[in-house]
Amino acid sequence: MSQAGATGEAGSGLTAAWQPLAGLRIWLTMLTICIEERLVYRGDFILGTLMRFLPIVTQIFLWTAVFAATSRPDIAGYSRNDIVAYYLLTMVTRAFSSMPGLSSGIARSIRDGSVKKYLVQPVDYVSFLLAARVAHKLVYYLIAIFPFGLVFFLCRSYFPPLPDAATILAFLASLLMSFLLGFFMEAALGMLGFWFLEVSSLMFAYMLVQYLLSGHMFPLDMLAGIPTGIAGVSLAEVVRWLPFHYTAYFPAAVWLGKIHGPERTAALFAEAAWVIVMIVVCRLAWWRGTRRWSAFGG
Amino acid sequence: MSAAKDPVIRVAGLAKDYRVFDKPEGLLASIRGIFHRSSRVVEALRGVDLEVGRGEFVALLGPNGAGKTTFLKLLSGIITPSRGTAHVLGHVPWERADDFRRRFALVMGQRNQLWWDLPAAESFRLHQEIYRIDPARFARTRDELVDMLGVRKLILQPVRELSLGERMKLELVAALLHEPEVLFLDEPTIGLDVVAQHTIHEFLRHVQRERQVTVILTTHYMKDVAALCERVVVITHGDILYDGSLVEIVDRFTTHKIVTLDLDDAAAARHLERLGYPCEIRGPQAILRIDRARIADVLPEVLRGGGVRDVSVEDVPLEEIVAELFRSAPARPTAASPATAEATP
Repeated sequence: MSQAGATGEAGSGLTAAWQPLAGLRIWLTMLTICIEERLVYRGDFILGTLMRFLPIVTQIFLWTAVFAATSRPDIAGYSRNDIVAYYLLTMVTRAFSSMPGLSSGIARSIRDGSVKKYLVQPVDYVSFLLAARVAHKLVYYLIAIFPFGLVFFLCRSYFPPLPDAATILAFLASLLMSFLLGFFMEAALGMLGFWFLEVSSLMFAYMLVQYLLSGHMFPLDMLAGIPTGIAGVSLAEVVRWLPFHYTAYFPAAVWLGKIHGPERTAALFAEAAWVIVMIVVCRLAWWRGTRRWSAFGG
Repeated sequence: MSAAKDPVIRVAGLAKDYRVFDKPEGLLASIRGIFHRSSRVVEALRGVDLEVGRGEFVALLGPNGAGKTTFLKLLSGIITPSRGTAHVLGHVPWERADDFRRRFALVMGQRNQLWWDLPAAESFRLHQEIYRIDPARFARTRDELVDMLGVRKLILQPVRELSLGERMKLELVAALLHEPEVLFLDEPTIGLDVVAQHTIHEFLRHVQRERQVTVILTTHYMKDVAALCERVVVITHGDILYDGSLVEIVDRFTTHKIVTLDLDDAAAARHLERLGYPCEIRGPQAILRIDRARIADVLPEVLRGGGVRDVSVEDVPLEEIVAELFRSAPARPTAASPATAEATP
């Protein structure tokens, strides 16, 4: 209660002229409350964070075995070290772009009717979810920074020397956009709940496609040799025109120098365009969805 | 009753059809479902007209699936109607203007706007920001509301640790922090014990009087209605069947009074049975249903036989009147039942 009072006093100077800031203040309050909520389940959170590191160990063993069995020094331009570095970097990217529970949570709130709270209150659902997700991520990084730091330290020999400043900047920009892209794609997916009562099957299909085409499974350069049936177009090129690879492959490829120069710049702009497209799709889905929604379930 | 002074809520020809889909399961079926789904139309609300004046406390009654909740959802802008118009505080609810949303509140029993894992005080703080409540005013309103409901000690405890009744009280506080002018309550006392029900009655009555809040309440408990509402609107099959005062409903829809007699012995019971009035003997008690117009003639006749220790004359219980009223509603001509619409998960 004293906390509520303190927040209030800080805001008492706000007048109508500060309207844009009022939106920011709501957002910050939502953020702090979401952080408090995340911290309630800190035990589960810490365990979940640590478990994420198990798959990487199996990947290192797998690719060590693959390279031991072949005499080739590299596969699709990736040496064994490159591959391990790639997987570690996609882990970082996925830490930004993956949105566990977002689409299923939206679909559930539509199905059980709890989304109506956001229709009744003068607050925007998508902004609210974004605040909640930023809070979620911040708490996650706070805990994950330690195991991440340890693993990267132990695996430092797999990495090429630190890239130049422009590459690091491009990497950071791509990470930030991968967060937004992941968020708005999953949010739009969750809003299918307005049209279909049961969307878990669709989400599973999306997850599979995402896993394959984002580069989470293997570096997408490996698709370069696979023809699509269209003359001269490989699967890798098709994948490059889709938004998925920005959520895992692209930032890792930028860091490892697989994409550079004007190609990198163009890809960053394309990623920004995808973010905008997905924001619009999300807005439209919300707008259309809430108008046709029947609010079943009380 | 229909022409209210200073109407806060004006509804004309409001109708809502639901399209109900038959939903198959599984991945393949889901994908097939994108292209084709079988559906049927259910009329949940069929052209309702209503006006509610400022400060009125209206009970919305009706059997399950009658369209009460649909009506409240339309008035609070959660869903858009199929036909008709509605204005609440001068706004069309389903346009969901922020200016409108800051001036009303909706409480649906057992559906929490409170954060499950956090103390209610945190949810209140969020409401302060969302509704842009002046801090001093916020603190004053909050303290007043929690004291009135006696829940001050509970607001720092995680909501998940509270009982249903405690949660409901805190839901009400959350809903009233921004001092709404219009309040929609959907079964606010459902599942609560008698004490909690009573507290909530007192609270709502006080809030409504002090602040001139316009309240629409749906409930299945006649205690709520008797304690709070002067005006009753009965909805069945998506139509308004009755709109008037609570007193009038009793006058209009009851033909009988209930006479209860405490009897001395079996001889008195036999005397009663000989008189031939509809009579039920339960141990030492006899319960008679007597035509209201004839009560003055019948009572002396009944008492003349002697052996009666005590007598009481009461109206038919409100539950019974309302149940009779629900049953008397003409069945809707369409094949689809509105109950299907609300029962769909």
